[in-house]
Amino acid sequence: MKKLINDPRAVVSESLQGLAAAHSDVVTVHTDPDFIVRAGGPRQGKVALVSGGGSGHEPLHGGFVGEGMLDAAVPGPVFTSPTPDPIVAATLAVDGGAGVLHIVKNYTGDVLNFETAAELAEVEGVTVRSVVIDDDVAVKDSLYTAGRRGVAGTVLVEKIAGAAAERGDDLDAVAAIATRVNAQARSMGVALTPSTVPHAGEPSFTLADDEVEIGIGIHGEPGRERIPLEPADAIVDRLLAPILEDLPFEGGDRVLLFVNGMGGTPQVELYIVFRRAAEALRERGIEVARSLVGNYVTSLEMQGVSITLLKLDDEFVELWDAPVNTIALRWGR
Amino acid sequence: MGLDSGWALAWVRESARVIAEHRAELIALDREIGDGDHGENMDRGFTAVLAKLDGVEPGTPGDVLKLVATTLISTVGGASGPLFGTAYLKAAGAVTGAEELDGAALVALLTAARDGIVLRGKAETGDKTMIDAWSPAVDAAAAAQADGASEAAVLEAAAAAAESGAEATEPLVARKGRASYLGERAIGHRDPGAQSSALLLRAAAQTAAEAAS
Repeated sequence: MKKLINDPRAVVSESLQGLAAAHSDVVTVHTDPDFIVRAGGPRQGKVALVSGGGSGHEPLHGGFVGEGMLDAAVPGPVFTSPTPDPIVAATLAVDGGAGVLHIVKNYTGDVLNFETAAELAEVEGVTVRSVVIDDDVAVKDSLYTAGRRGVAGTVLVEKIAGAAAERGDDLDAVAAIATRVNAQARSMGVALTPSTVPHAGEPSFTLADDEVEIGIGIHGEPGRERIPLEPADAIVDRLLAPILEDLPFEGGDRVLLFVNGMGGTPQVELYIVFRRAAEALRERGIEVARSLVGNYVTSLEMQGVSITLLKLDDEFVELWDAPVNTIALRWGR
Repeated sequence: MGLDSGWALAWVRESARVIAEHRAELIALDREIGDGDHGENMDRGFTAVLAKLDGVEPGTPGDVLKLVATTLISTVGGASGPLFGTAYLKAAGAVTGAEELDGAALVALLTAARDGIVLRGKAETGDKTMIDAWSPAVDAAAAAQADGASEAAVLEAAAAAAESGAEATEPLVARKGRASYLGERAIGHRDPGAQSSALLLRAAAQTAAEAAS
C-alpha cells in the first residue's frame, strides 16, 4: 500500500482539518462529532439538506456543502456509514425551522444509521424527511438483494433538491423533487483497478491486468460481470445499454449526461468516455441538454468510471442551472 | 446461583479481546463478500466499550449490556453498529433489573437480541447474515434450558450452535447486506457478521464456564 497518509486511523480527521483550513469561506467543520456545515449558520425558514456516508468518495458529500446544495455532510470512516450521533448533531445544527431532508444512499448501514438518527432528531423537535437514493442499475434483482445502490446520481439529487430548497420550497416539496430526480436517474460503473481502504492495507478485490469489472459499486462491490479489457467505446456501450433500457430513455428525451471518475482515472479518459456516450445518445435521438464530467463520486484511488443519465424536464433544468457555491460545484454567481 | 454483573463484565471484556484477536480474520472474511471493514468496525466499537467500562460501577447485567449497546451504536457505524447495538439493547431490556440471570433469563436475553436484529435488519434465516448464527443459538439455548441445563451449559449450547450456524452460511447465496450484490459468487464464503456473532456467544459461554468453576 502506497498512500499519502500519516496514520490509517487519522485519515478522515486529518483530511477534514485540511478541508477546514482550505475552504473556511464556504464550509465550517465541526469535530467530535465530525460533520461539515455551510458557513454562516442555519438559514432561517429554509429547508436544510443533510447527507453523509462513508468517507473515501470525496468530493461527495462534503464538497457539495454550500449555497444551493447541502447544508451539512456527515462523513463516516472510510467506506463505513457514520453513526447516528453525528447525523443527529448535524441535523440539529442546520435546522432553520423548516425541517431537514436526509439524502441517504441505499446501503444497509447508511439506511439503518440515518433511520435511527431521524428518529432521535424528531424527538429533539426537528421534522425530518428521508430520501433513499438507488440509481445503480447494475444490481439486477432487487427482490433478493439489499436493493439497488446509491451511486453518482446522488450528486444530481443533491444539486437539484438543494436548488429547490434555496428557492423556498417547503420540506414535502423538496423531498418530492429529490424523489423525482432519483426516479429519473440511472447509473452504471466499471472498474479497471481496485481501491485500498487505508486501515485494511490491501486491495478490496483483485482484477487481472487485462480484466475490468462491469457494474462495480463505489466501495468495490462486485457488479454484473468480469470481462477482458476492451476499447473505451465498447465499454461505454456496455454501460449505456442497461441504463437506456431500464428507465427507459428514448428518442426525443432530453438528458443530463454525467461521466463520473472513480478517483484514479484521468480527465483525458473521462472525455473519451463522454465522447462515445454523447455520440451513442445522439444516434438514438436523445438530446444531451446538460453535462457534467469529473471525479465527483469516487472510490478512493480506483481507476474506473460511471455513467449517469438523468431524464430532464423544464423544472430540473431550471434547478440544475440555479446558482451553486460549494467546494466541488460552483457556478451562476 | 445465576450469572451476575461480574459475569456480564467478564463477557464484555472477553468479547473485546476475541474481537481484537480475530480482527484480521473478520476483515479478510468481509473483503471476500463485503467491503472489508467488519473487523475494523467491531474492534473500534469494543475498544470504546472497554474504555467506558473503566470507572463504571457494575450494576446489573442489564446495565452492562445497555452500556455496550449505546457504545456500539455510537462508535461502530456501518450496518453492524445499529444491528449489534439493537441486539444488546433488546437483550438488556429482556433482563432489566435482574441481579442474577438463570437459564430462563439467558434464553430470554438471547431471544430478545435475535428478535431485535430481525426487526432492524429485516433478514430471515438462510439470508446469509448474522441471523444464521443467532437463530440456531436461541433454539439450542432454549432446548438446553428446557432440559434443565446449567447457565453455563445453556450458553455453551448457544455458542456451539452459533459456530455451526456461521459455518453453515458458507454454501448460501446472500439476500441481505452488501454480500447480496454478489449473487452466486458469495457461495463458499462465510458471513462475517455470523462469524463475529459466534465469537461473541463463545465468549459468553467461556466466561460463564469460568464463573461456574
